[in-house]
Amino acid sequence: MSVIDQSKIRNFCIIAHIDHGKSTLADRIIEMTGLLTSREMQSQVLDNMDLERERGITIKAQAVRTVYKADDGEEYIFNLIDTPGHVDFNYEVSRSLAACDGAILVVDAAQGVEAQTLANVYLALDHDLDVMPVVNKIDLPSADPDRVKEEIEDVIGIEADDAPLISAKTGQNVHEVLEQIVKKIPAPEGDPKAPLQALIFDSKYDSYKGVIVFCRIKEGTVRKGTPILMMATGAKAEVVEVGTFGAGQFIPCDELEAGMVGYITASLKNVKETRVGDTITNAQNPCAEPLPGYKKVNPMVYCGLYPADGAKYPDLRDALEKLQLNDAALQFEAETSVALGFGFRCGFLGLLHLEIIQERLEREYNLDLVTTAPSVIYKIHKTNGEVIDLTNPTNMPDPAEIDYMEEPMVKAEIMVTSEYIGAIMDLCQERRGIYQGMEYIEEKRAVLNYHLPLNEIIYDFFDALKSRSRGYASFDYEMMGYQRSELVKLDILINKEEVDALSFIVFAGSAYERGRKMCEKLKAEIPRQLFEIPIQAAIGSKIIARETVKAMRKDVLAKCYGGDISRKKKLLEKQKEGKKRMRQVGNVEIPQKAFMSVLKLDDD
Amino acid sequence: MKKELELYVHIPFCVKKCAYCDFLSGPAGEEEKTAYTDALLREIEHVKEAYRGYRVSTVFLGGGTPSVLTGEDTARIFHALREGFDIQENAEITMEANPGTVTKEKTALWKKSGINRLSIGLQSADDRELKMLGRIHTYQEFLDTWKTVRRAGFKNINIDLISAIPGQTVQSWERTLCTAAELGPEHLSAYSLIIEEGTPFYDRYAAARNAQDSMMGKEWMPLPDEDTEREIYRMTEHILKEYGYHRYEISNYAKEGYECRHNLGYWERKEYLGLGLGASSLVREHRFHNTADMETYMRIFGGNALVPSETASVEAGKANPAGKAAEEIEIITEKEQMEEFMFLGLRKTEGISCRKFRENFGKPIEEVYGGQIRRFLSLELMKKEGDRLCLTERGFDVSNAVSAEFMM
Repeated sequence: MSVIDQSKIRNFCIIAHIDHGKSTLADRIIEMTGLLTSREMQSQVLDNMDLERERGITIKAQAVRTVYKADDGEEYIFNLIDTPGHVDFNYEVSRSLAACDGAILVVDAAQGVEAQTLANVYLALDHDLDVMPVVNKIDLPSADPDRVKEEIEDVIGIEADDAPLISAKTGQNVHEVLEQIVKKIPAPEGDPKAPLQALIFDSKYDSYKGVIVFCRIKEGTVRKGTPILMMATGAKAEVVEVGTFGAGQFIPCDELEAGMVGYITASLKNVKETRVGDTITNAQNPCAEPLPGYKKVNPMVYCGLYPADGAKYPDLRDALEKLQLNDAALQFEAETSVALGFGFRCGFLGLLHLEIIQERLEREYNLDLVTTAPSVIYKIHKTNGEVIDLTNPTNMPDPAEIDYMEEPMVKAEIMVTSEYIGAIMDLCQERRGIYQGMEYIEEKRAVLNYHLPLNEIIYDFFDALKSRSRGYASFDYEMMGYQRSELVKLDILINKEEVDALSFIVFAGSAYERGRKMCEKLKAEIPRQLFEIPIQAAIGSKIIARETVKAMRKDVLAKCYGGDISRKKKLLEKQKEGKKRMRQVGNVEIPQKAFMSVLKLDDD
Repeated sequence: MKKELELYVHIPFCVKKCAYCDFLSGPAGEEEKTAYTDALLREIEHVKEAYRGYRVSTVFLGGGTPSVLTGEDTARIFHALREGFDIQENAEITMEANPGTVTKEKTALWKKSGINRLSIGLQSADDRELKMLGRIHTYQEFLDTWKTVRRAGFKNINIDLISAIPGQTVQSWERTLCTAAELGPEHLSAYSLIIEEGTPFYDRYAAARNAQDSMMGKEWMPLPDEDTEREIYRMTEHILKEYGYHRYEISNYAKEGYECRHNLGYWERKEYLGLGLGASSLVREHRFHNTADMETYMRIFGGNALVPSETASVEAGKANPAGKAAEEIEIITEKEQMEEFMFLGLRKTEGISCRKFRENFGKPIEEVYGGQIRRFLSLELMKKEGDRLCLTERGFDVSNAVSAEFMM
């Protein structure tokens, strides 16, 4: 491939609130730039995983390179980088943005600006990207593009006068978007002869090629044989292949120069060596310093994952290892539970990340899982001066050894229409939120600022928020460090036996309420058995709540099938089979979903 | 000495299918019924050789409603059975009959055929409940039938009742029970309703319950709740006791000496041969059942499909006792025999004999089921009386959960 004129390259991403049509617009752009025929178009080309397509969210960053013949008669190369769309993956978003020179902001013509829109725009502006607004879904009956344009100008403060009014779904006015990309998004800069400086914005593992690093070349040139160095992890390798992104495929090329977006393979075996945000340079001719902004992402939320069938433990380990190849943020280590047997304590970026991993394990690896209640990392300051990070409630030291505990806090921004402000403030109050202020961004909408303990939002905060605002509230948060707090370990006893997998850490002031709800939930989940089963919540040796599962009253199949014993036998076998899906704790059979019941405690 | 065998003959016809019924049965024309009888005779002809070494202790003509057959067809069946099998003199010979299908003429032919026990489906003494169940008769019509068969001289009669039906109350069940008991049948069966898939009741109740919707409008009465159901179940034994009936099986009550020998045979794992469409058999630890497809059955035994020489395929003493229409022949392993010994035996109020277990399987019951037995004894779901282990009253309430524990 000959040298590409930098001025004909456009590197950009699309940012949007969830469901505002980011992926649909990406599809249209890919389709209309012609590298794909309509027949090849599968809906939402960029979202590769089934899971992504189903949930309509992007989990991993994706990139695609297309060629656009503009109205001025010139051909332009578009590198479209699709960014993850969820707060759990904020850091990945920031790195993807750093790989771009501009961003298309998609705003729903009916919904207008949402909290995530704001957060993403600020993130883009932080990276000095030119933000180009587009108003989407103008084909909706409830569309009000003029209001939304005004909102973009008032709330975000960017010019929206000539924002294309489009329907990504029907393709209406998408041509205008393409033209504006050429005109408004700046061409990349950088010297192809300078020492290599490339930003990793994603990487994935391929069983044939090893790790495939997605990168943006900021300075210099990389080609086959270039000795490369990852500046943060220190990993070294020799480049095997470079190339660009076709739709859903990798297209090798001779070299990648400053300004280009592409991939590098270098027979690296582990994505841990190619961390998102790291800088790739030439090992023999390194750049002076790495690109700014690298940080190692750490899990925020932990939970135990156990195979429903104990014999599947090795399968679960294999599956986690495979997922980790593509997901440096996923952490796990072996643990043992009295109730659940052998499993893993896993660390995730957030609850969505947890759910995604769990679903992928179940779908792609066919594993039946039992998940324990998610926990954040608590810092325990012991009386002997030692500080420990607690990720599993079971490991909580004796209270006598604890001086004090700290819990992680987040800074939350909640955007809500005025009629639900009261309801949302109540919710934050219940979740121990500390009110920081409120701003009206327009007549009927406000942004509420709260400081909230992370452990109050990892369970079902998002669901509660949506249900209390009838879906009108949106929410974004960032971590803000630790704060001292009164915390206790709440244990659950079933038939007088402590079930370790059900223990969790809770704010002392909420312990009674939580314990009571837990007992109620478990009572509903545990089927009646041949004897009465007490369910108790306890702090230390003190019982704070109790429910009773009454003994089974009637389970009799009286009918005689005229000698058709096989049928009766099948029924009994089925009944026996059903018990296999239960966990035996002492004499009691506990259904697996009971272990998850701690997740949803909101009454609404 | 000849081995004991029970015979079951299935008549898959009725006047109209009841709303709860999932038995193999349906309405049919007179010609079809006679053709089926012909086929049945051929099946008897076909299998009889294999059962030369057996003496038949009970015969049960079940359905469907066997009494929809003409008296002549019924007589032909019994004639063939007597020709084909060695039926012992004092054999218990039962036929099921339903109100609306019984005539004086028929009962005379039944008597002549040697039928000595009748089982009549009443189900409820409440006409509204009968209608809701989809029965074709009223209580009064049942009473007419009752009088007809008593007058014909039948001295061993069972009345079938169903409890836990939609709209039933403790009071209406009590009325049904007392009404039936006052007639003084020798035997009473009181099954509780099971909503079976593929029945109109299933669509109404089970499906609606699953969907958590309230499809059940005024036309459909709700099912009794768990407490009512259990009260109904409990009171049955107490009320019938007052009338002189004792419970000898989960759902069966009899006056002394009138326990149904045929059904007891099932729980004691006696050998039985099923004849006719879909009928099940247990012979020499082979379980099998005839095809449930009428067309297939008629292809095998209807018309002149079977020439006599082919009957040689089943010979006495050979390993496979199943006839031509048999499907899913299953050889019962020792493990399964133990399971069946337990869950079938425990249906009887006298339970199982530990000595018998040892005789059958060559090892003490504790070795196989020690854990379960100890647990159920301590939970007072089972009790031990000498050599016998049986369910307590509470054990019967949860007999499924208990039985499932004996599956290995």
